[in-house]
Amino acid sequence: ELSPQEYFSSLQAGRASLAYFSHNVSPGAQPFLEQIENSAEALQDYGISVVKVNCPKEDVSRYCGKENALRKAYLFRGNMLIREFPTDALFDVNSIVANVLFALLFNEVKYVETLADLQNIENALKGRSNMVFAYVPATGTAEHRAVMEAAFAYGTVHQFVLTTEATLLKDTGDDESDVSSARLLFCHCQQATDLAEPCRRTAMGQTLTMLNIHRHLKLMGAPLVTEVAEDPEKVSTVHLQLGLPLVFILSQKETYEADRRTAEFVAWQLLGKAGVALLSRDLVDLNILLRSNVALKTPDEGVPIKYLVLEDTDEVITLVEDKNKIEQIQEDEEEEEEDEEEKENNNQDIQDDQVVEAVSRDKKRELPLEQILVLTEDTFHSALLETARTVVLFYASWEAVSLAVLRSYTEVADHLKGTQGVLLSRVNCWDWPGVCAKENVTQLPTIKIYEKGERSVMYNGMWGTEELTSFIMLSRVSCPLKLATIDEAEGYLRGEFPSELSSYHHTSLLGVFSTATSEAREAFEEAGSILSGHVTMGMYFEDDALALSRKYAVSPPALLLARSGGRSVEGIALSKQSAQDMVRTIRYESLDIFPEITVQNLPRYLQFRKPFLILFSDGDISQMESKEMLKLAKGRPQEAFVACWLNLKKTPVGRGVLKAYFATMPSLPVLVWVNLHAGGQVFKFPSEQSITEMNILSWLEKLKAGLEIPSSTLSEEDWKPPLPAYDFLQMMETAVPELPLHTSHRRGDTPERHPPESPGGDTAVREEPSQETKVEKVGSPGRDLRGTAPRLAAREKQGKRHSKL
Amino acid sequence: LGLALYASSLCAASGAAFLYHDYCVIGAGPSGLQAAYFLQRAGRDYVVFERSHAPGSFFALYPRHRKLISINKRYTGKSNSEFNLRHDWNSLLSHDRRLLFRRYSRDFFPDADAMVRYLEDFASLLKLRVQYNTAIIHVTLERDGQAWNGHYFLLTDQDRQNYKCSSLLVATGTWVPNVVNFPGSEYVEGYETVSINPEDFAGQTVLILGRGNSAFETAENILGVTNFIHMVSRSRVRLSWATHYVGDLRAINNGLLDTYQLKSLDGLLEGNLEDLAIVKDKKGKLHITLRFYLENRNTSAGIDSVTLPQDELDNFATRAPYDRVIRCLGWKFDFSIYNRSLRMMPGKGNKKKYPQIKPSYESRSTRGLFVLGTASHSVDFRKSAGGFIHGFRYTTRAVHRLLENRHHGVPWPSTVYPITQLTNSIIKRVNEASGLYQMFSILADIILLRENATAFEYLEEYPVGVLAELETQTGRKAPNGLFVVIMEYGRNFSGADKDVFYYNRAVGEAQHAWQSNFLHPVIYYYKRLPTEREMRLRPPDWPLPRPDAVHHIVEDFLTDWTAPNAHILPLRRFLENCLSTDLRNFFAESCFLFAFTHQKLPPFCRQGYVRMQGLVGSEGLRRHAVEAGLLEDYAPTDFPGDRPPDSREGSQDQLLRDHAIPVHPLQHLVNAKDE
Repeated sequence: ELSPQEYFSSLQAGRASLAYFSHNVSPGAQPFLEQIENSAEALQDYGISVVKVNCPKEDVSRYCGKENALRKAYLFRGNMLIREFPTDALFDVNSIVANVLFALLFNEVKYVETLADLQNIENALKGRSNMVFAYVPATGTAEHRAVMEAAFAYGTVHQFVLTTEATLLKDTGDDESDVSSARLLFCHCQQATDLAEPCRRTAMGQTLTMLNIHRHLKLMGAPLVTEVAEDPEKVSTVHLQLGLPLVFILSQKETYEADRRTAEFVAWQLLGKAGVALLSRDLVDLNILLRSNVALKTPDEGVPIKYLVLEDTDEVITLVEDKNKIEQIQEDEEEEEEDEEEKENNNQDIQDDQVVEAVSRDKKRELPLEQILVLTEDTFHSALLETARTVVLFYASWEAVSLAVLRSYTEVADHLKGTQGVLLSRVNCWDWPGVCAKENVTQLPTIKIYEKGERSVMYNGMWGTEELTSFIMLSRVSCPLKLATIDEAEGYLRGEFPSELSSYHHTSLLGVFSTATSEAREAFEEAGSILSGHVTMGMYFEDDALALSRKYAVSPPALLLARSGGRSVEGIALSKQSAQDMVRTIRYESLDIFPEITVQNLPRYLQFRKPFLILFSDGDISQMESKEMLKLAKGRPQEAFVACWLNLKKTPVGRGVLKAYFATMPSLPVLVWVNLHAGGQVFKFPSEQSITEMNILSWLEKLKAGLEIPSSTLSEEDWKPPLPAYDFLQMMETAVPELPLHTSHRRGDTPERHPPESPGGDTAVREEPSQETKVEKVGSPGRDLRGTAPRLAAREKQGKRHSKL
Repeated sequence: LGLALYASSLCAASGAAFLYHDYCVIGAGPSGLQAAYFLQRAGRDYVVFERSHAPGSFFALYPRHRKLISINKRYTGKSNSEFNLRHDWNSLLSHDRRLLFRRYSRDFFPDADAMVRYLEDFASLLKLRVQYNTAIIHVTLERDGQAWNGHYFLLTDQDRQNYKCSSLLVATGTWVPNVVNFPGSEYVEGYETVSINPEDFAGQTVLILGRGNSAFETAENILGVTNFIHMVSRSRVRLSWATHYVGDLRAINNGLLDTYQLKSLDGLLEGNLEDLAIVKDKKGKLHITLRFYLENRNTSAGIDSVTLPQDELDNFATRAPYDRVIRCLGWKFDFSIYNRSLRMMPGKGNKKKYPQIKPSYESRSTRGLFVLGTASHSVDFRKSAGGFIHGFRYTTRAVHRLLENRHHGVPWPSTVYPITQLTNSIIKRVNEASGLYQMFSILADIILLRENATAFEYLEEYPVGVLAELETQTGRKAPNGLFVVIMEYGRNFSGADKDVFYYNRAVGEAQHAWQSNFLHPVIYYYKRLPTEREMRLRPPDWPLPRPDAVHHIVEDFLTDWTAPNAHILPLRRFLENCLSTDLRNFFAESCFLFAFTHQKLPPFCRQGYVRMQGLVGSEGLRRHAVEAGLLEDYAPTDFPGDRPPDSREGSQDQLLRDHAIPVHPLQHLVNAKDE
């Protein structure tokens, strides 16, 4: 509140002020005065001071004197009067601010009344600057104020044009809007080149408030398409800051130009609603599906970016414009994911058991079973009495492993054709469960060898033709075999006696006993019955046993061991041993020191649970390597490690082992140390070093000291189910939620009472939809297209249910 | 034996005139003889009391028209004796192959005399200890803390001879005819005595009360000679082929349905028999009226004053007078011989003809009293076959096993297998087991898992209703979870009003197996034994409480569940996922590869190959596996000329391998764990 002198002397050049002159008491002007006072703060923000000038009673100057001057407010810039406002134009804060700014921003905000004026301005701006065109139904409104306030901030950047003429709004092509509400259009004239065409316009969708206009102009000022070359999660643009989503168009080098055009097209459509960014996949390592082409980042924090596969740009637009659609698309997407999951799960019905699959692929071939006698409940016992030895395969005609063994069994039969005293037979436990139960067959397959009227032996070796043949042949000879003469004993050690075994590789053991060692002899005989079929055991206890023991430098009781290959004879002293100990000793001693490891013999060496030192070789190993390795192996007891070699020609699966150890096939031969049972590290002997005992030992020292880096480490994962099972429990619950199953408590929770069962009549009705949906699902071609071709054909034919056959 | 000796000597010492046995069985019908067989095989001290001079006295009289409706299927195309029992509804269980019913009759629906002969042979060939001509007329308890069950059973026969037993097995069947009392019921003839000579019905009009197989059997016999037959009963007719319940009306007896529906004068009516009244007119004709009318009439007035329904409603259905009325209402259990202290109570509702028992077949109120045979049907009335020979021969065996465990410390028989045999064990049983098949939803095979799921124990045909008590009832432990193998019909399939022949009634694909309608195997998986509370709160119509996982093997037209892809594969996946392991089979070569490239091996390799029992497989199979993409061929294919000429052994193999179709590396076999 100032006096006139004070007021006029305080006016500064360039500073605007709104003054109201009054005498002390003027009751009628009181509400107006209140509004003026209320607007003071708002105008302050624009550097406009509001002053109430108290006119002295005697003052009759220009502003104080005249009666009607007191009904007005005066806007000064400096001491120049710009506009005088009648107090009825300043009815509230909005109208005061709007009118004051309108007056001050005369140049920045052009007021137009005709279309021609508008077009003139527009044309003048083309190529130079953008235009903000606002329509307000009346001046002095809140919308008007908002436009003026925006113009105050952006007036130097964009040309503001204001109108109150509704026809002008219609002429700009904005037909839909009703003339009672204000509108604001951003006209992109700066980039406009064609003078004949109007500038491209982007209408503001929201109501005209200062904040909305500010947002809109900010968005219009942002680049149309942002190019991004970083992780989308880290990208932030003005859109996101203003709470709008950001759409990423995922681009690749090859399609960049087209993608760019797409992005721009989309960006124009989405201008003011969402930002558009072009993301080059080549520059960013994204862990997403290759077929995804659009990503959506929402301003909400913590919401992960959604990667989508969309077909056309309309989908992108609906994605942003229609919230519901977003959800729907996402659902579709999820469903698709589910479908995909289902597609994966559809492998569930594809056989992944190699044995079962191999057998079923072989089922149409007729097996040469004529050499194998079929036994039944009625013939089983009589058949056993007819031949010295009856081999019986107990199997089930539906069980894959026993059918696989049956195939090997036919090969055995072929090998043994014409062999006297051996009958091969089989019992199908599916046909004759009584026989199998009586013979104590609990596992399938089982092979038993029945000796006429005597005991039976269960075969416990590898299910292979060679092993089984050898077992049958070796077990024909009594074990241990009593040798009568020294010649027989010598021939036995050479593998020549008994002659029928000479063609079978086997280890021969000869027990040398003196008359005083009957205890050891009994243990040896017992061990023989356990090992029957696996090794041959001979026994010599004639008077000249001493000559034999002297020849091989052993003192009875002792064992002489002749291996199948070299036939060198080793002597093993026997101390007080039980049959079990002897079995263990014989098994251990009959192992090779530096064996060639094969699929068939690996288990014998695995049982020591020691690291393996394996020389992988493509073919036979050289004499040199063999000698050095043998030296090494002999020097170390097998307790420390198993030294062996692998012939890739004979055991090609060794290549699979090497491939697992080293990404590529190493040059051969290669020496590898594998801690099979402790840690699983694999070490490769340096290929530049030659394979000598010394080199290997010093390398092993380094391994022990932890100085070598393993080439790889074996997985220690458990063997989990290869694929999920059908979740029938869940299917029941989703398909028939009324089933009481659903309401039953989860196990472990406190049980609740079940709600009473729905009345019987109800269930039948309610069931219908579930059946219908089932049918629908079956009918939909999308499902049928999955799965392997033969299955597909079958499915199309029969549908889900067999209607007739 | 020691115990038995001790017990008998105790009786002798007390000087009482009791003959003591550990087990007393009342009744030498099929279930009594079946129980005797198992007791005899187990070497138990038992006796069977039979009031008649021969076993199976019920069959000597009934069915009146002599045709058994239990099938005697002599040919199935299979030699599997267990499987064949699925279709032999008359044989009892025994080790003696002579005692198969097909040796006694060639008829598909045999004559009841064959059953009498069969039962006689069963008792004599197996030397079962049956005391004939002994009618037990009273049963009471004698409290004794020393007794197995805290009391002895004291039995008295018609000659006042007393018997004392530790355990009482009631196998008396249901033989007391059901009788309805209404005014005029004295004119009704009973099924037990009615003439079976059709000539006696020639030109007569007959009303039959009842709607069971005996009613229809009676009608069938006289259908051709009567004027017409009417049949009246409270309930609607239930056809066994629509309900899957063998006790409902069998197709062989349903000739009257045919004539009724073809309007050949015969007819079926529904009505409550207790509201009926029959009045006889002067000509001896029987008129149907309502009890209501009789109660209101003037007692002194004669027959003519009785109001007949047709007086008010002149098209009343049964207005025509009948020549005969025959009652065919079935039988009920004889409750009369039991002292009140045994509290033998009739069941509720439609089970009132049977005594109340637990799912373990033990009396609800008297420990040590077990009900066997037809009288035990309350457990599965109108559901399974427990009331019939082909069902109760298995439940009797189950009771025997429970008793062996309870009184003799003989746990339920079981076999332990390595886990690799799990799929096989289930497949074998669901394909051949007869007990599971006949007593569907009642008896179940139980698979108890051993620690770390490396082995399992298999128990056959345990009464699933007492699953919660498994450990005490069987003497086996179940600390590591269990599978329950059971057979079920589809839940909404059967029923009196349902069309069981609707199109697409059978499910064909394994993934929809849970919707299977016909009898099919279902496997429940529980991480721990369900509690009694959970059993009690199980969903209605469910044999078991909610499992942790469930698997249905899809129904099969041939009831042959051995198809590798449709039956075995989904089952294996289910078992694998329950046990969280890989149950596939592998050739030795694969195991060799795994042994060198993995620290752990799948069970099949661990339990086979590593124990020197690897499946080497023939070359042909190996090639099939390679072609299927399930086995990788590592033999080099690129340098055929590189092979040294002296490699005699295996050169042929090499050649074969060279010509094999090259196959892409199999990630799921070699690197299954990295995925």
